[in-house]
Amino acid sequence: MKQKFNIITSTCVPLPLENVDTDQIIPARFLKATTREEKFFGDNLFRDWRYNPDGSLNKDFVLNNPTYGGQILVAGKNFGSGSSREHAAWAIAGYGFRVVVSSFFADIHKNNELNNFVLPVVVSEGFLKELFDSIHADPKMEVEVNLPEQTITNKATGKSEHFEINAYKKHCLMNGLDDIDFLLTNKDKIEAWEKASR
Amino acid sequence: MANTLFDKIWDAHVVQKVEDGPTQLYIDRLYCHEVTSPQAFAGLRARGLKVFRPDHVYCMPDHNTPTHDQDKPIEDPVSKTQVDTLAKNAADFGLAHFGMMDKRNGIIHVVGPERGLTLPGMTIVCGDSHTSTHGAMGAVAFGIGTSEVEMVLASQCILQSRPKTMRITIDGELGKGVTAKDMALYMMSQMTTSGATGYFVEYAGSAVRNLSMEGRLTLCNLSIEMGARGGMVAPDEVTFDYIKGREHAPKGADWEKAVAYWKTLKSDEDAVFDKEVRFDAADIQPMITYGTNPGMGMGITEKIPADDKSASFQKSLDYMGFQPGESLLGKKIDYVFLGACTNGRIEDFRAFASLVKGKQKADHVIAWLVPGSWMVDAQIREEGLDKILEEAGFAIRQPGCSACLAMNDDKIPAGKYSVSTSNRNFEGRQGPGARTLLASPLVAAAAAVTGVITDPRELM
Repeated sequence: MKQKFNIITSTCVPLPLENVDTDQIIPARFLKATTREEKFFGDNLFRDWRYNPDGSLNKDFVLNNPTYGGQILVAGKNFGSGSSREHAAWAIAGYGFRVVVSSFFADIHKNNELNNFVLPVVVSEGFLKELFDSIHADPKMEVEVNLPEQTITNKATGKSEHFEINAYKKHCLMNGLDDIDFLLTNKDKIEAWEKASR
Repeated sequence: MANTLFDKIWDAHVVQKVEDGPTQLYIDRLYCHEVTSPQAFAGLRARGLKVFRPDHVYCMPDHNTPTHDQDKPIEDPVSKTQVDTLAKNAADFGLAHFGMMDKRNGIIHVVGPERGLTLPGMTIVCGDSHTSTHGAMGAVAFGIGTSEVEMVLASQCILQSRPKTMRITIDGELGKGVTAKDMALYMMSQMTTSGATGYFVEYAGSAVRNLSMEGRLTLCNLSIEMGARGGMVAPDEVTFDYIKGREHAPKGADWEKAVAYWKTLKSDEDAVFDKEVRFDAADIQPMITYGTNPGMGMGITEKIPADDKSASFQKSLDYMGFQPGESLLGKKIDYVFLGACTNGRIEDFRAFASLVKGKQKADHVIAWLVPGSWMVDAQIREEGLDKILEEAGFAIRQPGCSACLAMNDDKIPAGKYSVSTSNRNFEGRQGPGARTLLASPLVAAAAAVTGVITDPRELM
């Protein structure tokens, strides 16, 4: 689960749909697990788009297209809207994605990705459109996501964009630390707050 | 300095601001349900931690609970394990737990306010996006992920970036047959499902002030469907009247002290919001959705837009089996669902019953009426609504989230149309292939008795 993040260079999987909600990323019937097995959630990522109602593979869906692959998912705007289910982030991580690129993320899902060492990268609409075009023109083209420098580079066009991430979270991702590690170090501050607010 | 209502509550809960990072916020209330908490408790065990402030945490199952025979063991073994796991975790860590058949059980967002657990001025979180509901009481309440649930269990704090503030003012009078649900669906249709992402919303204006507590809970419940982290309404006499005398509400001298504080919880007159939006209540009519996100809604007499040529829009209409430019009036429907944290409160059952009174359920329609809690169920019976509903051919089921997300047996079959008072019409939300049309309890009731999509105003 906890893994250090630095620079990732990979081919991409394009999903040029908008408003992809977390019910699509992982349908509710797969939320009954009481453990955090990434493989289970990864196997059911986009379940109802990946499989037909009879259980056969939906060959039209991008995850079933051998042309595309890699550690970077590129999606249309407003990715991860709806339910707060962290299972969606577990599914994305479990499938093997380390980065999700979109022009806009829903708030809760974005936090969930970060808490699972998946990096959400927000790019401009223009950069996203060009990225989709580049991937379709050459599915083997690579994208470099550089966390220390906070840049994403479309290697087909050579164009780069800066992306935002707060310094605290960047430190956590680069060092494999999570928020609980941090919170446990300042219980004195919490107790002081409780005392003062009584 | 002038502050918004949100600023006042947020600032009062800041433990520290992390340098170049998020805020460490103290949380007054953590609600846990069975779906998003097991991995958080497992995480605590793995780290050898206890719950930091057990008296701040309340647990109850709601998503998996069947809506019949709750006195018997749950048939689905996986659901049963999840529900049992919550009970065990609550017992092991010393937390309050309202199990199935406990008269305090119900949907967590219905139970919190009705038990007086949710109070003005609080910070409230739950591993559930509809935690925004509690903001109706004048609280800062928002949904979180499971890692964040673990954070709060471990430290009673959460690390969050401060959202921007937005005020949505709705002035004027609501027309006949127009409810809080229609207000929310209308706002979403205007602002889209990402129009409030990054913001915390305060609802203001005469149309909001005039809503009952139940109506405000419905309105705030749907804030997340515009992308907002939460929505809130400044507490007033409506709020205080609602809270007074409830199980966990302050009593005696504590009550007076609490109300005096709650009265300070409003945005200062010259407070500046990052964004202001205004709507006129007179522009809102009974609403219905036609697509696969809650922003794809329209007035019930309107036609599906014909000018959106995007792949996402076309995919959505294909799923629903609708055409651009089409009217939905007169379309045959198969299921009606009254319930969920959106519309499972007493006022919703009153509205539904008022419309079906003296009429009969259409033969081909399967209707699931699911109270939001046992307390709502008791009130339905106390007010005699159960008799009205039974005479019209409707049965009342047992409380839970039910067909809102179909984690129990209440699944809409593939291809069937469901007029639902819940909050999401995503593909497969009510069961694989199910086609959901979101609407108010009045629109749902009109569809239930006519068997087709009907303007409820014609039956009122």
